[in-house]
Amino acid sequence: MIRSEILKELKPLLSDQLVVCNIGLPSQELHMIDDQPTNFYMLGTMGLASSIGLGLALSQKEKVIAIDGDGSVLTNLGTLPTIANNVADNFILLIIDNGSYGSTGDQPTYAGKKTSLTDVAKACGCENVVECRAENTLDVMKKALEGNQMTIIVCKCESGNVKVPVITMDPVVIRDRFMKEVISKNT
Amino acid sequence: MTDNKQHQIITSWEEDLFNALKQAEVKQLPYVPDAGHSKVINMAHRDPDIRPVVLTTEEEGVALCCGAWLGGEKSVLLMQSSGVGNCINMLSLISNCNFPFVTIITMRGEFGEFNSWQVPMSSATQGSLELMGLNVQRVDEGDDVGSTVAAALYSAYSSDQRIAILLSQKLIGSKKW
Repeated sequence: MIRSEILKELKPLLSDQLVVCNIGLPSQELHMIDDQPTNFYMLGTMGLASSIGLGLALSQKEKVIAIDGDGSVLTNLGTLPTIANNVADNFILLIIDNGSYGSTGDQPTYAGKKTSLTDVAKACGCENVVECRAENTLDVMKKALEGNQMTIIVCKCESGNVKVPVITMDPVVIRDRFMKEVISKNT
Repeated sequence: MTDNKQHQIITSWEEDLFNALKQAEVKQLPYVPDAGHSKVINMAHRDPDIRPVVLTTEEEGVALCCGAWLGGEKSVLLMQSSGVGNCINMLSLISNCNFPFVTIITMRGEFGEFNSWQVPMSSATQGSLELMGLNVQRVDEGDDVGSTVAAALYSAYSSDQRIAILLSQKLIGSKKW
């Protein structure tokens, strides 16, 4: 399975959750599969969707899912100790680990070689780290949403992209409609 | 005999700064430690209503501030001038999405600096921030710190402005080794 297939499978779980999604194709795929005002597309800077997600999770009660890639997490490995040490039990970080920099032409990442992001997350102090195969992501995400514990999911999948349109929505609109959803979910 | 004189309570600039954060109801305080910020950081760690978040790099703090505001909480990023260089690209998020943003930056590499390695980034700090669309306000006098921080927080969170406050090295005191 490739990332877009995983996102398609996750659609029924994600559609009414607060989702902060990573730059490039992941956001574009999510936007194409199921654009929702509860999606915050982070379209600039690799590696910081998880930090935005953490700030959001710490500031309100609703569950927050940050979707990141292995390449992005590798550019900001410091996010893992920060997440581990500032526990937000309403926070789920889904790392879709396809071992490649998908948006730039599938160049290999170290996560597809010797580096295990699962082990890195554990070593950083994250207490609930689940590594799964792509086919099991739906079940793992279901459990994470049902539970009340911060969860890091490392989903190992194949690399590959599908043709997707760019997101033409104004970033201010992305922010504005997302914030309205946060307010209505919290009231 | 009654003393009618008003007793003025003398506070340090750090206390003024922290009081401004409290009055504006700042809830998250991400920071990369700096000696100049240490008193404020200690006050935040003792305060149950403010969540200090230690960062591994300054750009993480920009993202945390944006996330906090998506959830409706005000935040301020504390860092040293050398850290500004680490968050330049991430400041795109703030200008693209028009996020309110306040960062308070302690300056190195200027008044009485003993370490020349601090100088290049220090000299480029204000210019870099301005190139990325931030309004930069520099404070040299301790008496001005509280009011400048209060005004910046009001402007940022009432009208989505992006403001960096530079606390000069003359104000903080140069580090002696």
